Amino acid sequence: MSIRERMSGNEAIATAMRQIDPDVFAMFPITPSTEIPQYFAQYVADGKVNTEFICVESEHSSLSACLGAEAAGCRAVTATSSAGLSYMNEVLYVAGSLRLPVVLAVACRALTGPININHDYSDSLAARDSGFIQLYAENNQEVYDNYLMAHRIAEHPDVRLPLMVCEDGFITSHAIENIELEEDAQVKAFVGEYHPEHYLLKEENPLAVGPYGVSGYYMEARVAQAQAMINAKQVILDVAADFAKTFGRSYGFFESYRMEDAEIAMVIMGSSAGTAKACVDALRAEGVKAGLVKLRVFRPFPGEELAAALQHCKAVAIMDKSEGFSSMGGPLFAETAGAVLNLEHHPRMIDIVYGLGGRDFTVEAARSVYGRLAGIAAGGDLGPVYTHMGQREK
Amino acid sequence: MIEVRWHGRGGQGAKTASQLLADAAFMTGKYVQSFPEYGPERSGAPITAYNRISDERCPIHSNIYDPDYVVVVDETLLESVDVTAGLKENGAVIVNSAKDPADLRPLLNGYKGRVCAIDARSISMDCLGAYFPNTPMLAAVVAVSNMIERETFLSEMEESYRHKFARKPQVIEGNLKCLRIAMDEVKEA
Repeated sequence: MSIRERMSGNEAIATAMRQIDPDVFAMFPITPSTEIPQYFAQYVADGKVNTEFICVESEHSSLSACLGAEAAGCRAVTATSSAGLSYMNEVLYVAGSLRLPVVLAVACRALTGPININHDYSDSLAARDSGFIQLYAENNQEVYDNYLMAHRIAEHPDVRLPLMVCEDGFITSHAIENIELEEDAQVKAFVGEYHPEHYLLKEENPLAVGPYGVSGYYMEARVAQAQAMINAKQVILDVAADFAKTFGRSYGFFESYRMEDAEIAMVIMGSSAGTAKACVDALRAEGVKAGLVKLRVFRPFPGEELAAALQHCKAVAIMDKSEGFSSMGGPLFAETAGAVLNLEHHPRMIDIVYGLGGRDFTVEAARSVYGRLAGIAAGGDLGPVYTHMGQREK
Repeated sequence: MIEVRWHGRGGQGAKTASQLLADAAFMTGKYVQSFPEYGPERSGAPITAYNRISDERCPIHSNIYDPDYVVVVDETLLESVDVTAGLKENGAVIVNSAKDPADLRPLLNGYKGRVCAIDARSISMDCLGAYFPNTPMLAAVVAVSNMIERETFLSEMEESYRHKFARKPQVIEGNLKCLRIAMDEVKEA
């Protein structure tokens, strides 16, 4: 029986962590993720968890401590944001290549500069090629649900990859909204215990962790890791199917919202997708065939499935909440364009970079995007492919 | 759906007040949102917090530009912030002030809707012996908007205080008195 509650995204993540009761939580605080270890420290003090809670001196160390714990066969977690994730960067790659399924909660926040504490995906999408699985969420409920699925995906023997559970800094991390929590016992039963096949001090099978990879073997390790990311696709779907059966809420690689007959659509991530849905509903009421795809899984990137969802559209806007400085669009645009490349007929596509550093995204802003798409769909000019929303002239 | 915008100064608890309103509405079965808007935080700087209260889950996660109600926790903000920007004419602005509401209207950029005043300082000092403007402002916005029925609101808040102040039961009565007096004393022009 679900529990009707209200809480912020940060508290939802901390609650999921409490219910899972990981072996190790290595923490270093940074806004807006700080509340996660803050709530968790209270659970430790109150004796509600058996977790070894380690306060370290930096994010590089928090993730390193998690890797040490994971290599020893423990389930380890941490949380961070923005510059903290950047500072972890070296260790992110180590986690992926050592195939240690640490789960990292990220309250996504802009990167400096100018210095800014608010939301965009500069931090998590800069880490897109680090070998982490990445799950994104529209609201506190989805963050909680993603967290309940995270360990099972990451720890699956076909996968064994680290995983980021991403939420929108402040917009989700600090907003209190209704949520359906699950009972502790049911969460524990769903997530299960972690018994890795290999770990550092296993007497029957001692192993070295992190040795040098000579050229004759390095590539094999990398390809095995790439294969694990491919394998993750099926595992993500299988875990979601079991989650739906157990708790009644369904998830896929993405959510297709009113896409069946959509002629114009957005591909968008996170809390902005909710705001855009309100716009889609208003446009549908006016007879406009608008839809949207809300991407939940960025790594592995569900290219084939996304291409199939978009192929019947006439015009699609890719909404990028990070600036990749590629000079030709943000990372979501690059990935989506790659995904539709081999379709016989693909929609005309534009990229709109928006919401950087917490710039607000409104229903009206979404309407302006669909307005431009309607013009393109009607045979009008494509216009500039790569633009920035609401850019001030002075 | 009812949308509320709170204006306060960092440290005064506008964010907490918005969370308390969300709590009260949640307990009456509503879907709620309570969220702050942060800048470079410092104590005393103007801050904004928001509420959406609805019968269905609201998917919108933008800030609120056309609120039904505006609550001003610090009267001095009227000099520097356009608090009634976008405020609906059939809504209301509620200011923490000892002034008569009619004297506040000239400070509100021509706002034509209801202007309400509540002397949160004196109520708080009388009931709690310290200046916590949150509690009277919360009661005032509930009274003015009628978004939660009075007795339901008071009994839900009592329940909430008994939980929240389980280790400090002596403050419960003062807070409840604070709510009742504020609901009675909010003035309107």
